[in-house]
Amino acid sequence: MNKMDSAVPGEQNVSYRQIGKPRTRIDSPGKVFGKTPYAGDYVMPNMLHAKVLRSKLPSARMTRLDVSKARDLPGVACVLTYKDLKIGTVATDIPAQTGFRRRDTDQQILVDEIVRYQGEPIALVAAESVEIAEHALSLIEVELEPVPGVYDVFEAQKPDAPKVFGDDNIVASYKVRKGDVEAGFAAAETIVENTFRTQYIEHAFLEPEVGLGWEDEQGVINIRTSTQAVETFRYIADAIGIPHSKVRIRGALVGGGFGGKCDVTVELYIALLTLKTGRPVRLGYTREDSFYGHGKRHPFIISHKTGFAKDGRITASKIDITSESGPYAFMSPYVLMYATEAGPGPYLVDNVHIDSRSVATNNMYTSAFRGFGATQACIAYEQQMDEAAKVLGMDPIELRRINLLKTGDAIATGFEVQSAVWTEECMDRAWAALGEKPKDEGAIRYGHGIAAYQQGYGRMIWLHDTAEGWVGVEMDGTVVVRSGMTDIGAGQTSSLAQIAGELLGVDMMDITVYNSDSSTTPLAGTSSATRGLYMSGNAVRNAATAVRNRLAARAAQHFGVADSDIDFADSRVFVASDREKSLPFKELIATCASEGIHRSELAIFRAPFGDWIDPETGQGQVHPDYTYGAHAVQVAVDTETGEVTILKSVGAHDVGQCVNIAAVEGQIEGGVAQGHGYALSEELIYKDGCLVTPSLSEYLCPTSMDSPRIECIILESRSGLGPFGAKGIGEPGHTPAASAVANAVADAIGARVHDFPLTPEKIARAVSATRDNG
Amino acid sequence: MIEAVKSRSRKRLITLTVNGEEHEIAIRPNAMLVDVVRDQIGLTGTKSGCSSGSCGACTLLIDGRPMLACSTLAVECDGKAIRTVEDLADGERLSPIQEAFLDQGAVQCGFCTPGMLMSVTALIASNPKPSHQEIKKALEGNLCRCTGYNAIFNAVLQATGQDGIKPIMF
Repeated sequence: MNKMDSAVPGEQNVSYRQIGKPRTRIDSPGKVFGKTPYAGDYVMPNMLHAKVLRSKLPSARMTRLDVSKARDLPGVACVLTYKDLKIGTVATDIPAQTGFRRRDTDQQILVDEIVRYQGEPIALVAAESVEIAEHALSLIEVELEPVPGVYDVFEAQKPDAPKVFGDDNIVASYKVRKGDVEAGFAAAETIVENTFRTQYIEHAFLEPEVGLGWEDEQGVINIRTSTQAVETFRYIADAIGIPHSKVRIRGALVGGGFGGKCDVTVELYIALLTLKTGRPVRLGYTREDSFYGHGKRHPFIISHKTGFAKDGRITASKIDITSESGPYAFMSPYVLMYATEAGPGPYLVDNVHIDSRSVATNNMYTSAFRGFGATQACIAYEQQMDEAAKVLGMDPIELRRINLLKTGDAIATGFEVQSAVWTEECMDRAWAALGEKPKDEGAIRYGHGIAAYQQGYGRMIWLHDTAEGWVGVEMDGTVVVRSGMTDIGAGQTSSLAQIAGELLGVDMMDITVYNSDSSTTPLAGTSSATRGLYMSGNAVRNAATAVRNRLAARAAQHFGVADSDIDFADSRVFVASDREKSLPFKELIATCASEGIHRSELAIFRAPFGDWIDPETGQGQVHPDYTYGAHAVQVAVDTETGEVTILKSVGAHDVGQCVNIAAVEGQIEGGVAQGHGYALSEELIYKDGCLVTPSLSEYLCPTSMDSPRIECIILESRSGLGPFGAKGIGEPGHTPAASAVANAVADAIGARVHDFPLTPEKIARAVSATRDNG
Repeated sequence: MIEAVKSRSRKRLITLTVNGEEHEIAIRPNAMLVDVVRDQIGLTGTKSGCSSGSCGACTLLIDGRPMLACSTLAVECDGKAIRTVEDLADGERLSPIQEAFLDQGAVQCGFCTPGMLMSVTALIASNPKPSHQEIKKALEGNLCRCTGYNAIFNAVLQATGQDGIKPIMF
């Protein structure tokens, strides 16, 4: 089969020249040289330095705010409070492509009267140096009168609870009604009930939020910043009261995101201060600012009641889900939607009843975090499966095998998944890779755990997601790609180079990718929702295919063969059936240029569009498609101290098609480590709304010492909706990682700790409880 | 208040040899080395992730020893030799450690990478064939949130001629 038939690749099992290979990413050399400029490395002449004054209380009324002393301090250029704002609020919605926006969920930019969380910004300062800006903060006189807040999701739902959001503190609620759940329970032989809790956690990207703003010769406010979302330019423009065309967000390669750089943070403050002073303004968050200054992962409380027939088949699943949104909506409604959709897990369940709600409190607000609610859902459904296996006296693997969704089955929302569902193969291979479980030695007990998952990729289809991409060929035969997609370290830009390179026969290292600029790169949406490769990859594939087809037609004319007989590789164009007939690519380009044949293309990719799911039944399509897989973990638990050592961790995923296998492994290995921290050590502790753990020495991320051998098992069904049949792997690499750890720990100690994280104290307590009972 | 501002701005003249080049610079006595290297000398390869000595992103070498530049006063480095990530390559030729980081996919967002590279450089200088456990121990102070560390361990094994094992399965 010749390559031109693969102008619509992915549908076929073709061998690729660059796609799927473990290539060094185009962004990596600059990073090892230390040359890559991150957003925080940019400076400008005459630049001011900004700082944010934050509330020390989580729930208060501001009775006095006097910034006159700060304004009078020599070297202070500007102090802004709510009184200086033309518009007091900023959107907290997803910056989608359709213009749709929840206006009722906007957030106050600076406190005007009521403080709703600890760390809420009160004033902004821009000064000649960081030291002067800090000094100015200390001169601002603020009086905050504490008002009763609410710090618990159940308390917040009581009629007399303080109102933080709307008139009932409910930020969003959903239900799923499928089949007849009561009939399903009546038919069950065994019913298993459990409640699982997860904690607040922090993204802890290594690069804290930072940006530099300036006004250019057209009066455009430019902001160079570390972000996952350049489309926030619209929300910033709306918030500072200038046209959308007058705000330009220019990203940089980002020092980690994990969902934590999707929302507007520093860029809005920079925009306000730049607009006010007319001077360049730099604002870099300290690590402490970062802890207080962006949304966290939602704590969830998830209760499962599951009916099982004698053979282990699930007869009914009733699930109650509560997430904590903090005082503002941000991504909470969407995160709750993901958790609801994923509620019963990757299992075929005919009778499903789910109620879910996201509840406002005065704890820190919560927003996107890798997995977006599907991770928390997995922690509940996978622990529930292991607990059920224990009650049923079945092997956990076999119980899953009986119930796993197969290709073509309908998920909880009734949608029939069209791509391959290879969960079972992933599960078996991950489990087998663990090998034999070592024999317990004294207080040390070993455990094996498995967790399967389902994770949607791409946006919810009612957001009508699109991405644009541009591909052009230079006169010397090198290629330029333009895509608004941000690169948060997972190799987003490199994958685009690989895709364009594959289609145009040019090595990816000869391709330059301009990305992450809201004014000059075609908008492709955020690098979140496991949509980066799916959306921007397809857009670039469409553009490169159009260029390729046009060039191929000219080459076919030259060689006197059919268009379909033309192939491109190694910067040459040749006749596929007679490879002796060939030309340097740049000669073909020169011919095209002299004849006015267009050598570039701007293309759009549209994900499937659809309507909201039925609000009464939760039935319908939520996501374009899903990724499936499983993780397996081997742990050693010291039953005297409760300490857990993860010995081996295996991630098996059907990624559809690897674009860069090294990047895919990177997503899985990093997702595993983040999952280990989630399960065992990471926790943002809020005491009555006040953060007790605001530093990386109190908030414990896994270190090299905690890292086990990680094995990646990568399957390729080539059935996904991404370029060349790819599915998304950004979030999935993390989704089941923590659940597998929890199941391994429970296997080791013979008891279940239902509340994350599984700290040594909780584990030791669970062990001693089994002893007391035993 | 004015006094406080004055005392903060009273500067000291120090000499730093950074990547073999001597710099005589005026610094505030409370200036941290990371800020001096980044803002005054202009070498931004060294990153700042926490300013409190808990993430390792600012690791550089002071007289050959890996140190946290965010927790080191610049005045204490008067007369000392500083080495940063920018000095590892010989022009366009990467050091074996940098090469191995590329080969093993040990770089993702890259923000921890300069600090990692400097910690590894120091490790290999004192221990040319570190064991897996010794590598883990040497990198304990360098947080990475993207890679899960495995690719980094493999890169160190490769750079020390111990062939990192890539856990790839096709």
